[in-house]
Amino acid sequence: MNQQGTVLDTVSDLGPSRRAKFTRRVLPFIIMAVLLIVIPMLGPSRTALSLLNAIGINIVFALSFNILLGQTGLLSFGHAVYFGLGGYTAMHAMNWIEYADGGFWGSYPMFALPLVGFAGGAFAGALIGWPSCRRAGIPFSMISLGIAELVAATGLIFVSFFGGEEGITGDRMNGVEMFGLNLGQVHQVYWFIAFWTFVGTVAMYAFTRTPLGRLTQAVRDNPQRVEFVGYDPQQVRYLAFIASGGFAGLAGGMSAVNYEIFTPEALSLAPSGLVILMAYIGGIRYFAGPILGAILLTYMQTNLSDFSEAWLLYLGLLFIAMVLFAPGGLAGVVIDVTNRLGKPGAVQQFVKGLVAVATGMIAFFGVVILIEIAVRLTNGHGEVFQPFGIGLPSTSLMSWAIGVCLVAIGVFGLKFTTKQVGER
Amino acid sequence: METIVFSLLNGIIYGLLLFMLSSGLTLIFSMMGILNFAHASFYMLGAYFAYSIGSVTGFWVALFLAPVLVGVAGAAVERFGLRRLHAEGHVAELLFTFGLAYIIEEIVKIVWGKIAVPYKVPAALDFPLFELFGSQYPAYRIFMLVVSLAMLFALWYLLKRTRIGLIIQAALTHPNMVAHLGHNVQRIFMLVFAAGCALAGLAGVIGGNYLVTEPSMAFTIGPIVFVVVVVGGMGSLEGAFIASLLIGIMQTFAISVDATFSDLFGWLGLSASSELGGISIPSLAPTLPYLLLVLMLMFRPRGLMGAREF
Repeated sequence: MNQQGTVLDTVSDLGPSRRAKFTRRVLPFIIMAVLLIVIPMLGPSRTALSLLNAIGINIVFALSFNILLGQTGLLSFGHAVYFGLGGYTAMHAMNWIEYADGGFWGSYPMFALPLVGFAGGAFAGALIGWPSCRRAGIPFSMISLGIAELVAATGLIFVSFFGGEEGITGDRMNGVEMFGLNLGQVHQVYWFIAFWTFVGTVAMYAFTRTPLGRLTQAVRDNPQRVEFVGYDPQQVRYLAFIASGGFAGLAGGMSAVNYEIFTPEALSLAPSGLVILMAYIGGIRYFAGPILGAILLTYMQTNLSDFSEAWLLYLGLLFIAMVLFAPGGLAGVVIDVTNRLGKPGAVQQFVKGLVAVATGMIAFFGVVILIEIAVRLTNGHGEVFQPFGIGLPSTSLMSWAIGVCLVAIGVFGLKFTTKQVGER
Repeated sequence: METIVFSLLNGIIYGLLLFMLSSGLTLIFSMMGILNFAHASFYMLGAYFAYSIGSVTGFWVALFLAPVLVGVAGAAVERFGLRRLHAEGHVAELLFTFGLAYIIEEIVKIVWGKIAVPYKVPAALDFPLFELFGSQYPAYRIFMLVVSLAMLFALWYLLKRTRIGLIIQAALTHPNMVAHLGHNVQRIFMLVFAAGCALAGLAGVIGGNYLVTEPSMAFTIGPIVFVVVVVGGMGSLEGAFIASLLIGIMQTFAISVDATFSDLFGWLGLSASSELGGISIPSLAPTLPYLLLVLMLMFRPRGLMGAREF
């Protein structure tokens, strides 16, 4: 009896301490909440605020996607279907609120519209999920692709629900006000987005902590064993699929309020592809990964596209580089660096890492030069690429030689330095 | 009668084009487990290479040179990209080829521009071959038919009647045993990948001027090729052949049928003025392959001729 007690004690000691639990599970959310509250106090411009709103929507969308890819191991090529269907449901609800004559929609606050989106996305997930979740892996990906194409095509056929190519529009300044927000100005919308981003993030994290959330990871890693223990992997996948669809719908509802318009393009393959890039570049193995990815890619999407026509090419290269060299994504890189910092010989490693990064940057500059002069050679505007005021005319052989040389130096240097870091 | 004959002919030609694309994909898929998302991008590269080479040397040199170049590009992708990822699992490989499809499209946009290039049917084949029911039939389509059938025969001969084909077939199912017998399985994989890409390139060369050569052509046809592979069944060239023809004929027929839902289901009380009744069959044509895919995966996941579920 006594012995059993000590065994149990040691087992409980193996779990994280209260402090570790607090710093790992609660503190990040407190920091997030503080950040969300502090940002508007810095007096951001209207453009900055609308960028932040777009980021918030994408954070929820990318996190919902990661319930499938990162947690359950299901690669979906059509996740925008749930975003779009949830968003369309919310958009219709927005119009019902506007023309409501009392009744349920008459007293429904516009602020809670994302909940309608959640319901719409979860319902779509429940309908489509069952046949899709029979198998994981490539069959699942293929079904998701087929369904995405089907839904995108129906989006243009059924005009009464999807509104044809123009989509459907609404007005968010209706219905009952909540928290004194009439959602008129962009800073009011910011509070709306911030609230739902926070709620969505906390809810999705809470989902990973539930027994179901734990089981999804087991299904990802070893479905046979899960079946052996007595759970049905298809059912677990299905439930995760519904949850993921619901949260994607939540993001759709946020988007409906933010933009006040939804077009069938929101259902198409392009946003589905973008969310894959966001989640993967951020890091699908960590809960916070997709958040990083959503922030980076939304920023790139709005700002980099002003600088370069070829921004999608940079995005693709970044994605491929991540798949090949850093499968943990940005979050993985950050965690790897912080883990190594505390170890002996950290300074030495850090210096070597810096050298590797520097050589990597040389190669990157070379690639940028090559891409940019190629763009300017073929687009026919006749501009000259001028990094740091140095003119690199596209027609001169010299510019091409510089680009190729930089790439060669960088790649060679990278091979040399990474070898050393690996050997330690 | 006239529509039926023409649709059948066009459908067969389109189906054979699809088969040329899907045969390489099926081989690669069944051998390495890689569903190459960028496969249609190699088809696009074939068309663009043929356009550029053809404008210097003429069509006939491009017909041979462009697929070879595409094959070399495919070999490089396998050697320097996919081989590194093999240990990471199939999802990583799928993601890699997905990113590759993005990159190839963007590079094509930079090099050849964002709008379609004037890749034309060669003058030597630009004439009506015969007249049927008062309409002329272009010779180039028959040329496509001939090239596709020649490719089909060559592939069949290579796989079923030569020693190389024997080794490839063995490597499909028993890669370890083949390696023990002293064959370099990695190199076989690379060669099959290159050959599959070259076939896609050939499809691009003869399909690019029949359809249209533009940066979005890969994303238009790519998903349909997946449908063919899945419907045909994993690793089954025969299945891919039947599925290609089925989808090709189905799509061309749906386009030529001048009817709406209300014409078909009017006896159920569906009126022509209702939204569902007003949907025309041609407008549904692009969705038919995907409908087939979803139904197939739900009710017969191993496909038409697949030996096992995948």
